[in-house]
Amino acid sequence: MKSADGAKRWLLVGIALAVVASYFTPQFNRYYLGIAIDCGINIILAVSLNLINGHTGQFSLGHAGFMAVGGYTAAKFSLVFEAMVPDSLKPLLFVAALTLGGLIAALAGLGVGVPSLRLKGDYLAIVTLGFGEIIRVVVQNMESVGAASGLKNIPKWTTLGWTFALAAITIYAVASLVNSTYGRGFIAVSDDEVAASSMGINPVRYKVTAFVTGAFFAGIAGGLYAHHKQFLSPTGFDFLKSIDIVVMVILGGMGRTAGVVIAAIILTLLPEFLRQFADYRMIIYSLLIIGLMMARPQGLFTLSFKKKGAASV
Amino acid sequence: MRDLLFHGACSAIILTLTACGGGNSGSTILVGEFASLTGKEATFGISSHEGTQLAIEELNAAGGVLGKKFELKTEDDQSKAGEPANVVNKLISKDGVVAILGEVASSRSLEAAPIAQQNKIPMISPASTNPKVTETGDYIFRVCFIDPFQGTVMANFATKTLKAKKVAVFTDVKSDYSKGLAKFFKEGFTKAGGTIAGELDFNGGDKDFKAQLTAIKSAAPDAVFVPGYYTDVALICIQAKQLGLNVPLFGGDGWESETLLNIGKDAVEGHYFSTHYAADAASPKVTAFVAAYKKRYNGKVPDAMAALGYDSAMFLADGIKRAGSTDGDKIREALAATTDFDAVTGKMRINEHRDAVKSAVILQVKGGAFKYLETVSP
Repeated sequence: MKSADGAKRWLLVGIALAVVASYFTPQFNRYYLGIAIDCGINIILAVSLNLINGHTGQFSLGHAGFMAVGGYTAAKFSLVFEAMVPDSLKPLLFVAALTLGGLIAALAGLGVGVPSLRLKGDYLAIVTLGFGEIIRVVVQNMESVGAASGLKNIPKWTTLGWTFALAAITIYAVASLVNSTYGRGFIAVSDDEVAASSMGINPVRYKVTAFVTGAFFAGIAGGLYAHHKQFLSPTGFDFLKSIDIVVMVILGGMGRTAGVVIAAIILTLLPEFLRQFADYRMIIYSLLIIGLMMARPQGLFTLSFKKKGAASV
Repeated sequence: MRDLLFHGACSAIILTLTACGGGNSGSTILVGEFASLTGKEATFGISSHEGTQLAIEELNAAGGVLGKKFELKTEDDQSKAGEPANVVNKLISKDGVVAILGEVASSRSLEAAPIAQQNKIPMISPASTNPKVTETGDYIFRVCFIDPFQGTVMANFATKTLKAKKVAVFTDVKSDYSKGLAKFFKEGFTKAGGTIAGELDFNGGDKDFKAQLTAIKSAAPDAVFVPGYYTDVALICIQAKQLGLNVPLFGGDGWESETLLNIGKDAVEGHYFSTHYAADAASPKVTAFVAAYKKRYNGKVPDAMAALGYDSAMFLADGIKRAGSTDGDKIREALAATTDFDAVTGKMRINEHRDAVKSAVILQVKGGAFKYLETVSP
C-alpha cells in the first residue's frame, strides 16, 4: 500500500514538473530542448523494455521494431488527418495518433509474443531480433510510408511536456503493474519458470502480457520520436537501436526502474557531452560503459529499491 | 528515495536546459558543418570534410570575406539516422552558426533540412543528389547535380558510347539514391530506343549476389547498370567476373571511392561510372585544387566528395561576399541569385529549385585508377 502511494506521488510530481517545464519551453535553447526530449523518449523505451527484459526476465532484442511500428503508424495517421482538423483540436489528434501507434505496436507485440514466447533465453532473443529486422525491411519497401527515402514533413507536436508526462505515466504504469498482486507473477516467472508454473502461474500468459505492455509503450515512444525528429527513415530502427535500449536496461540494473531511468538519461547525455572530443568520442563512450559495467556489474542504481518492494509485500 | 532521485534528475535536466549557448564573436564568421566522419559512409564524410576544411583555410589565407575570417565548426553524425537533427540543432542553437554545410547522404540531409529551414539558416549540401532535399524549403541549396540528370546522362552514355541495346538494371532497394537513379535511367534508356533486359534487386550490405547475377547473365544483356555504393559494387563486380558475366558494368557517383579499387582490384577494371569531376581533367582550376589538396593531405588524390565539399564552402563564401552580410536572409537571396559560379566541379548556376545546373563527367577504371573519359553537359 505504501509503495502504491509512493508511485502515485511520483506520477503526480512527474506530470506537474512536465507541465511547468513545458510552460518555460520557449525560453530553452533548442539544442538542449531536443536532447531533453530524447532523454524522455529513451526513458519510455528503457522502462518499457525493462518490464520485458528486467522484471519478466525475457531477453528481447526487438524493441526498435515495436518503436518503428508505433512511430510509423502515428506519423502516417497525423499526416493523413492533419489537414482535416482545426488547430484547436491538434493536441487531440496527437493523442489519438500516439494511442493508435501504441495499440498497433501492442498488436504486433501480441503477434510476435504468442507464437514465440514458448521459447527461452537465446532462442527468444534471436526470434525478436528477426522480428525487428522484418519490420524494418517491410517499412523499407512500403511506398505509402516513404520506403527507403523516409517519411518527411511530420508535424512537430512533441513537446517537453508531452514527453515527460508520458514518461511519468510509463514509469507509473510499469511500477504499479509490477508491484501489484498480479505483477508478482512477472517476477516469479523471471526467478524460476518451473516453480512458478507449479504454483499455478501460467508463464506464457505473463510473458505475453509483459510483451504487449512493453510494445505498447515502445509504440508511444516511437510516436513521440516521429513528431520530434519530423523525419523517419527505416535505417534508424535497425537492431543497433534495440541494442542501445538493451544497454540502458543492463546498465541501469535489470528490473530496477529508478536505475534504468538514470541510465537512459546518462546514455543520452553522455555522447552529447563528449562531442568536444570529436574523433575520440565513441571510443571514450564505449570505455565509460565498460568501466561502469566493471564497477557496478549489478547495475547503476540498485540502492534500496528492492528492499522497499520486499517490505511492502 | 525514489522521489529524491526523480527530483534530482528533473532539476538536473532543467538546469542544463536553461544554460545558454555561445554565438558569433565579432571577428569571425562561424560556419557549421555536419558530416559522416565515422560509421558506414565514413569515406564520403571524411572526403567532403577535408575538401571543406581546405576551402576554409584557403579563404582565410586570402583574408576571409567582409574583413572577417571563417571559423569551421564540424560535427560527426556517425552515419546514423536521428543524429543529424541533434547535430544541426546544436550548431544552430548552441554554437550560433550563420550557415550549414552538409551532408553527402540524401537521407541525412533530409533530416537536417527542416531544422535549417525553420531557423532560417541557409544550408548547402555538397553532394546529396536526391531531388527531395532542396524541396524542403527556400533555405536549402546544393552544389551537385540531381539524380534525374545523372540517370539521363548514364542512359545517353549507354546508348551512344557503349552502343548497348539491352541493359539489365541491378538496384539497391535499401537506398533511395539507387532507386532514383534506376528509375531515371530506365526512362531515358527506353526513350532512346533501348530495352531493359532485366530488373533485379539487392539490399545494400548484402555479401552474396550470385543468384541475381546468374539471372542477369541468362538474360544476356550488353551491359549492366548498377547504381549502388562502392562496397556493394566492388563485390558485385568480383562475383560477376567469377560467373563469367563479361559485359561492362556502369553506375553513378556512389562508385567513387578508393575502396572500390581496393576491394574490387582487377574485377572492376574497364567498368564506368558518372561523377561530378575528374581529378585528371585538364582545367587550371582542377589542377590547382588537386595540387593544394595533395599538399595539405599527404599526397592524397581528392575524389568527387572532396571537390564538392570544397565547392560548397567556396559557394557559401561567394554568397556571403555578394550579400555583403552574414544575415541568413541576405545570404539566401545572394545564393539563390547565383548565375555563374566557377567551381572546381565545373561552371554552375542555381535554378529555381535551388539545385546546381552543371555538367557531369564519365570515368573509367583503368590500370587500377579512375581515368577521365568524357564530359556530358545538361
